[in-house]
Amino acid sequence: MNKIKSLDDLRKIKADVEGKMKLREHSENAENLVQIKVAMATCGIASGAKTVMDFLVSDLDKRNIPAVVTQTGCMGYCYAEPTIEVTKPGEEPIVFGYVDTKKAEEIITKYILTGELVDGIIPVNYEKIEDKKN
Amino acid sequence: MKDLSLHLIDILQNSTRAEATEVYVGLIYNETDKTLTLSIKDNGKGMSAEMVKNVTDPFCTSRTTRKVGLGIPLLKQNAEKTEGNFQIKSELNQGTTVSAVFKYEHVDMLPLGDIGGAMALTISSWEKTEFEFDYKKGDNEFNLKTQDMKEVLEGVPLSNPQVINYIKEIINENIK
Repeated sequence: MNKIKSLDDLRKIKADVEGKMKLREHSENAENLVQIKVAMATCGIASGAKTVMDFLVSDLDKRNIPAVVTQTGCMGYCYAEPTIEVTKPGEEPIVFGYVDTKKAEEIITKYILTGELVDGIIPVNYEKIEDKKN
Repeated sequence: MKDLSLHLIDILQNSTRAEATEVYVGLIYNETDKTLTLSIKDNGKGMSAEMVKNVTDPFCTSRTTRKVGLGIPLLKQNAEKTEGNFQIKSELNQGTTVSAVFKYEHVDMLPLGDIGGAMALTISSWEKTEFEFDYKKGDNEFNLKTQDMKEVLEGVPLSNPQVINYIKEIINENIK
C-alpha cells in the first residue's frame, strides 16, 4: 500500500466512499446496518479485543456487509472477554463471549449472514448496554 | 497490557466515559532525558480530590458492574517499571489529565504497538468527541485533529472502514 501522508488522501477516500454509498443507497441507513459493539474496557483489551475489533472492521468491509463496529465499555462479563454485542437490523441484540478472530469469522459467516446461531452466546441479556449503568 | 497502544485505548475509554467532548493525546519524546511521555487530557466531568487520591488503587472504580479498576494501576505499574513516573490531575467538572513517563531505553519499556490503530478505533467509536493526536520525537513532529478530518469528510462518517484505515495508516506512518 502507498504511504498515506496528508489530508488530500482523505479527500480522495471521501470521494471514493461517497461513490460507493450512492451504489448501495438503501443499505446505508442506520437501521439497515449490522451494529457490533466490542467490549473494550481493561478486561476486554487485555484479552485481545483490539485484534478482534481490527478483524471485524476489515473483514466486514472485505465482504461488503454494511456494518458499524464500535467500542463499548465493560458489560460485566469480564470472565468471558472478549465479548461482542451483535445487533442485526430489526432483531434483538445478542452477546457472544470468548470471541477471538476465529470465532468472529464464524459469527459473521453463520449468524450475521445466515442467522444460524453459534456457540458462545451469553444469555440473560434482556437489557441493552445503554440501559445498564456502568 | 502488551503494549502502549492497548493502554491508550484503555485510558481513552475513561475520558469518553467521563463525557469529554475534547480529548488530547500526546506522545512526546525527550531525547535528552531519554523519556517518552504519554499524556491524555480531557475536558470530561473530572474527579473529586478523594477519588484522585484513590484512583491508582486497583480496588477503586466508578463502575457498578464490577469492583476492580485496573486500567490506571496497570499503566502506572508499567511506567514505574521503567523507572519513569505517573501523574494524574483532575478537577470536578473541569477534566482530567493523565501522564505516564517512561524511560524508553529501559529493559522493561513496552513496545509502542499499533498506536494508529488504537487512535482509529477510538476516534471512530466516539464520533462526537473531538480528538487531537500530537507526536514529537526530535525534529519529527506530527499532529492530527478530528476537527480537520471532519471538515474534509463533509458527513462521511469517521466509522467508515476506509476512513478508519486512513487514520491508522497516517498515524503509524508518521510516528516511525
